[in-house]
Amino acid sequence: MRIKQLLIGMTASVIAVSSYVEMAIADLKFPMLVYRTGAYAPNGIPNADGFVDYYKMINARDGGIGGEKILHPECETGYKTQVGVECYEKNKKDAMVFQPMSTGITYQLIPKATADGVTVYSTGYGRTSAANGKVFKWVFNAPVTYWDGASIAVRHILKNNFGNIKGKKIALVYHNSAYGKEPIRTLQELSKKHGFKLMLLPVDHPGQEQKATWLKIRKARPDNVLMWGWGVMNQVAIKSAASIKFPMDKFIGIWWSGSENDVLPAGQGAHGYKSLTFNAPGTNYQVHADIKKYVHDKGEASGDGSHFGTVLYNRGLFQAMVQVEAATVAQKIHGTSKITPAMYRDGFENVNLSAKRLEELGFKDFAPPFKITCENHGGSGLAAVQQWDAKAKKWNMITEYMYGDSSVVQKLIAEDSSKYAAEQKITERCG
Amino acid sequence: MIYKETGQYKSSYKSDHAIFPLLQDKIAFSILMFVAFLIIPFVINSYWEKAILVPFLIFSLAAIGLNILTGYCGQVSLGTGGFMAVGAFSTYKIMTSFPDMNIMIIVLISGLITAAVGILFGLPSLRIKGFYLAVATLASQFFLVWLFNKVPWFYNYSDTGQITVSERTMFSVPVTGATAPPYATYLFCLVLVVLLSFAAKNLIRSKIGRSWMAIRDMDIAAEIIGVPPLKTKLSAFAISSFYIGVAGALYFAVFLGAIEVTESFDIMTISFPVLFMIIIGGLGSMLGSFLGAAFIVTLPIGLKFLMVDMVGLSAVTAKHFEITIWGLLMIVFLIVEPHGLARLWSIAKEKLRRWPFPY
Repeated sequence: MRIKQLLIGMTASVIAVSSYVEMAIADLKFPMLVYRTGAYAPNGIPNADGFVDYYKMINARDGGIGGEKILHPECETGYKTQVGVECYEKNKKDAMVFQPMSTGITYQLIPKATADGVTVYSTGYGRTSAANGKVFKWVFNAPVTYWDGASIAVRHILKNNFGNIKGKKIALVYHNSAYGKEPIRTLQELSKKHGFKLMLLPVDHPGQEQKATWLKIRKARPDNVLMWGWGVMNQVAIKSAASIKFPMDKFIGIWWSGSENDVLPAGQGAHGYKSLTFNAPGTNYQVHADIKKYVHDKGEASGDGSHFGTVLYNRGLFQAMVQVEAATVAQKIHGTSKITPAMYRDGFENVNLSAKRLEELGFKDFAPPFKITCENHGGSGLAAVQQWDAKAKKWNMITEYMYGDSSVVQKLIAEDSSKYAAEQKITERCG
Repeated sequence: MIYKETGQYKSSYKSDHAIFPLLQDKIAFSILMFVAFLIIPFVINSYWEKAILVPFLIFSLAAIGLNILTGYCGQVSLGTGGFMAVGAFSTYKIMTSFPDMNIMIIVLISGLITAAVGILFGLPSLRIKGFYLAVATLASQFFLVWLFNKVPWFYNYSDTGQITVSERTMFSVPVTGATAPPYATYLFCLVLVVLLSFAAKNLIRSKIGRSWMAIRDMDIAAEIIGVPPLKTKLSAFAISSFYIGVAGALYFAVFLGAIEVTESFDIMTISFPVLFMIIIGGLGSMLGSFLGAAFIVTLPIGLKFLMVDMVGLSAVTAKHFEITIWGLLMIVFLIVEPHGLARLWSIAKEKLRRWPFPY
C-alpha cells in the first residue's frame, strides 16, 4: 500500500520535472528580490507591484528594451539576509541588476556582486558611501543618500525655525539595524555644526514594541522627531506619536517612512505628518496612463492592483525606470541590443535623466533630473518634504526639492569609502 | 538481507566499540566521505555552496552543539543565536586585531571564547531545570544580541554596526571574503565538521558523555552514584557552546561575510530553527543532528524549487504555501515520529535487515 503511494508520488514528480521548461536566455534579466510576506510586507508589496507593472508595460508597449523582452523573476526574501543570498545565487547568472530593497541584503551583496560583476542598484538606501563611484564600481545608490536625507530634514527644521536651532532637541527614532543607524554620524556632525541636541532612540526589529520609546519622547519633549523606520515600525510609530499628542508637523520621516500604509492606520491622528521624498505621489503622469492602458486594462496588474499611484508604488516605477534606462543607454553605447552584465554597468554609469529625457519616458515633473557619472554614483542628492492630509487622504508636496549639506555629507562619504577601500584593498578608479 | 549482520564476529573489545561496528555502515560511510571530499569539490557551484551545502554544514555543527546540551545532557537551551553571535564577533575581533593569524586558528579560538561564555550562562542550570532553564537561556539570547548591538567596541565603532569579513587564506586559497571559490569554503567547513563530529561522537561514548546522560536521565540518582552535577552540567555547556561558537564563526566568516547582529542572530533565524533541527532530527543522536540540519536547510529551498520553478506558482503564493506546509509538517512529524528522523532511519535499518521476510 505504502509503496504504491510512493510510486504514484514519484511518477507525479517526474512528470512535473519533465514539464519544466527552461526560460529563454536571449532576454534581459532583471531579477527581483521582493518581500510580500513578513513584517515588512506592507511596504514591500506596493513597491514590488510598481516594478512589475513598469516592466510589463515596457514589454507590452515597446516590445521590451530595444526589442529585448524583460524577464523579471521574483524571489521572495521576507527581508531576510540569508534568503536574500540564496535568491542572489539563484538568479545571478546573466542578471543585469539586483535591487535588494533591504540595507542588510545590500551590504551582503556589495562584495559578492563586485566579485561576480553584477550591478547592484540601491535607490536611496543601502550603503551611503557607495555614492563614491571611484571605490564602488558596481554599486549605485542614486538619486539621493541617507546622509543627504538627514541633512535635508535638518535643513527643513532650520527653515521652520528661522535658521536658528541652537539648544533645540531633535530625537531620532530609528530601526535598530544598519539601515536605521545610517544617519547617526551625519546628525552628530550636524548637531555640532548647528548646536542642537541629538537624542537617539533605537527600535528593535520588527518594530511593534515602541512603548518605551514614546514614553521617553513624552518625558524629554524634543522639539522635533526624525524617523528612520520601515514596515510595521512606521505604522506603530505614527500611531504612538498621535496617541501622545506629539505635534505631527514636527515629526519627519525618511522617504521610506512616508507611504499611505504608514499613516492610514493612525486615522485623523496622522494629519500633518511629514516625510521626505524623491518622487511625486499621484497618478497624473504619462507613465500611469500607459500602465493603465497596457497592463491594468488588460487585467494583468501585479498583485491586486490596489496600490496604483501610491507613494511606494510610484517609487517602484521610478526605480524600474532608472534600471530600464540604464539598459537603453548601454545598448546605445555598445551598439547592440544584446547587452552583457558588464555592458549594462557601463550604461548605468552614463545614465543622464535630464528633464527632457524624463518627459520622453513619461515621468515629467515626477522626480528631479539627475545624472550618474564615474565618480558620482549617488545622483543629484535632491529630496523634498511631503505632508499627509488625513482628511483628503493624500500626500501633498510642501517644499521644493532641496540639496543636503554637502560640506558635511561629502566629507563623510570620502572618509567612509576610503576606509572601505583600504579594508578591501581597492584602488580608486576614474583617473 | 541487505543489512545483514550475521557472520560479522567481533573478537576484540576494540572492534566491538567501533563507531561503525557493521561492515555495511563502514562501506556506506566511506562512500559518503569519498563523495564529500573527492567528488563534490569538483562539481560544486556557488549556488550549491551558498544556498545548500555550506549552510547545511554550519547548521549541522550548531545542531551537534545543541544536541550535546539538550539531547545528551537534558538541559534545554534557547540561547543558540546568542552563542553563535559570540563566535561570530570573536572571529571578527580577532581577525581585525591580528591580521596575520590563520583563519582555522581564529575559528577554534572563537569556539573557546564561546565555551567560556557558555559556562557563564550555564551557571543557572545548577539551580533551575526544564522550562525555567529554557527561560534563563532565552535571557542569554537577548542579552548577548543586545550587547553586540549596543557596545561599539565589538563592531570596531563602524557607523552601521555591521561587521564585515576580510579575506583570509588557507594554503594560499581564499576561504573567506567574496572572492573565495566555492570548493574552498565548502572544504574548509567540511574538514571542521568531520573532525569535530568525530570528536563529539567519541566524547559522547566516553566517561564524560555517560555522565551527561546520567544527569539527563535522573540527576538525583546520578549525583548519588557519584556524578558531580556542577562539573558535568558546566562541561556540557562548555562543549556545546564550543561547537555553537565554531558554527557562529563559520556562519559569519565563511557563509555570510557581512553580518548584522540583530537580524542574523535573531531568535527566529537561529535559536528556534536549530532547536527544531534536533527535535526533528532526533534528540540525543549524532545522525539526527545532521538529518535535522539537512531537513531544515533544504525544505524551504526544495519547496520553493518545486512550487516556483516547476509548477510555476508566483513567488509569494509559494511562500504562503511554504509557511503552511512547514507548520503542518512540524505537527505531523511530532505526532507520527516524536523521536525524529534518526528513529525513522533505525526503523528503516530494521526493515532492511529482515527484508524480504518481514513479520
